[in-house]
Amino acid sequence: MAQMTSDTVAVGLGGPPAEVAPPLGEWLARRSEAFVIPVAAMIVGLALFGIFILVLGKSPIDLYSLMYKGGFGTWFSVQNSLQRASPLLLAALCVALPARLGLVIIGGEGAIVLGGLAAAAIAPPLTFASPFIVIPLMAIAAMVAGGIWIGAIGALRQYRGVNETIASLLMAYIAIAVMNQIVEGPLRDPASLNKPSTAPIDPAFRIGNIPGMDVHWGLAAGILGCIIAWVLIEKTTWGFSARISGGNVRAALLQGLPVKRLVIGFTALGGAFAGLAGMFEVAAIQGNANASLAAGYGYTGILIAFLARQNPLAIIPFAILLGGVEASNGLIQRRMGLPDATMLVLEGLLFVVVLLSETLYGRFHIFQPEMWARNRGVAR
Amino acid sequence: MEETGIGLWGVPLAVLGGAIRVSTPFLFVSLGECITEKSGRINLGLEGTLVFGAMAGYAIAYETSSAWLGVLAGGLAGACFGAFHGWICKFPRVNDIAVGIALMLFGTGLAFFFGKPYVQPVAPHLPAIPFGAWSSVPQVEAALNVNVLFLIGAALSLFLWWAFANTKIGLVVRTVGDSADAARAMGYNVDWVRLLATAAGGVLAGVGGAYLSLYYPGSWNERISSGQGLMAVALVIFARWNPLACFGAALLFGGAGALGPALQSVGVTHGYYLFYAAPYVLTLLIMIATSSPTRSLAGAPSELSITK
Repeated sequence: MAQMTSDTVAVGLGGPPAEVAPPLGEWLARRSEAFVIPVAAMIVGLALFGIFILVLGKSPIDLYSLMYKGGFGTWFSVQNSLQRASPLLLAALCVALPARLGLVIIGGEGAIVLGGLAAAAIAPPLTFASPFIVIPLMAIAAMVAGGIWIGAIGALRQYRGVNETIASLLMAYIAIAVMNQIVEGPLRDPASLNKPSTAPIDPAFRIGNIPGMDVHWGLAAGILGCIIAWVLIEKTTWGFSARISGGNVRAALLQGLPVKRLVIGFTALGGAFAGLAGMFEVAAIQGNANASLAAGYGYTGILIAFLARQNPLAIIPFAILLGGVEASNGLIQRRMGLPDATMLVLEGLLFVVVLLSETLYGRFHIFQPEMWARNRGVAR
Repeated sequence: MEETGIGLWGVPLAVLGGAIRVSTPFLFVSLGECITEKSGRINLGLEGTLVFGAMAGYAIAYETSSAWLGVLAGGLAGACFGAFHGWICKFPRVNDIAVGIALMLFGTGLAFFFGKPYVQPVAPHLPAIPFGAWSSVPQVEAALNVNVLFLIGAALSLFLWWAFANTKIGLVVRTVGDSADAARAMGYNVDWVRLLATAAGGVLAGVGGAYLSLYYPGSWNERISSGQGLMAVALVIFARWNPLACFGAALLFGGAGALGPALQSVGVTHGYYLFYAAPYVLTLLIMIATSSPTRSLAGAPSELSITK
């Protein structure tokens, strides 16, 4: 009430008072909540995992130093981490984009698998064409396959009220079964004996490395995807409408926003990004489609999206961090004699701690504008 | 095929027998999820609980040479996971669905982590009652070999159906699930009721997991469960939160799951993976057919976030 009066008085005196730029410390403190809490949650999660390792009679110091060494210690391991981060970036977008509309989609794995399959299916008959045509075609095929698959989940949600979380995971299992069926049946390369695969794609159509690095172009695509998604959400009308719909569907409908189209569009775009991840797995790493496409990137992507609080730009550092954690897995297994599920335990633990940290937002006064305003004696 | 003399009749028979065998974990998980959801929370983590229960049950059964102690261990492990879910979800702004996803990954990870040494050893199996002993046809005998846990599950669904309607505990759980405010006004601690309901759900999911590793398929490995825990969650919605309907739905899902192996046993190998996917497709179709964008589902606990 007091605030309103002072504003009215100010307007009456000829325009509002000039906005004083807050000091840097205040600006940082107000902006940093979304960064400090997830990072603190990660540290707590790592510490809890250290205790877990200690209880098992191993040294947590060894664990952390091996994790650093295997993930970021040398240029080789940094490149390895970045390589592993590239599908994770795109897989996390498949969770983060629908999440901005309030949908929890956890079946990105299905879009990755089908995207990879579509890319592997379209390349072999096109041997006569130029790579400049075929590689974009592979990308488009993968994005269309992934987009339709996840977009269908958004459509089911909007038109039939089907729960998207359960439906997306079921569809992931179905996608993997479809992929296995096609890889062992119609598209099987007779030369692949022990591990049924599609015919290898022509070496000319393989995607190479970013110059100067031992990391394929999927990393650049992933980072670009995150930036595009961020611009879409934060700087466009569509993104603004999506955020309103995610915050309050009734308000969005009342405003005449096209909620149905937004939901289907955002889920389809998320699926397209995940499908692209599958295409890079095929065209840059495997060379054909087979059961290895279901490598669990979709599930790590869920964790990354929640760590990043569904902010596409924040996905980049967390994906690289998790890429590093996964890159160090082999080293930790060998040196410490731990089973390969060690990283699964760590990821599960991190996930739980991060979700628990959701309860802390708004609890610390240092992050609140009101506290700073009070300290400066300004009524905002 | 020729020597048995029943030919393609083996398919429906194997589906029936398979339905009884395959449905038991569905039955336990869905009854557990039913209790949890009646209290107004949803626990998607039962998939992880199922896998961990399978591992714990197998490990304890191997170490103690007693399959029943294994079942007990599976149930206890499930109680821990359920109570953990219930405890985390009592904090404000913590989303029960997301916590379920996290616990799905965490439970699976822990099960693989501790279960590595138990992939090779052979643990004792749960006993089955040979209801088909009268028949001389081996397929009939095999189909009617019914595990004790299936009968316990069937009895449990009848009991829960009765208990939700006729006991005080059942009424308290339903009140908490339908209106937390009303329950609070009556002096019940909503968080505690939900924690206990989630823990009880975890017990049943853990027992379902122990069934997987100790009876059918009867071994522990990392591919022991492929979404049964999650399908059971969808199944509860299909069954409209009615324990008796859960029993019927579990049998239906079991039959769908048994279709692939049954066809394979009579020599149909084409499209194996697609038949393997039958339960997922069935679940999805049922969800599409029974959901509605406009009206809320009949019988749904109104505090449930999934139906709001």
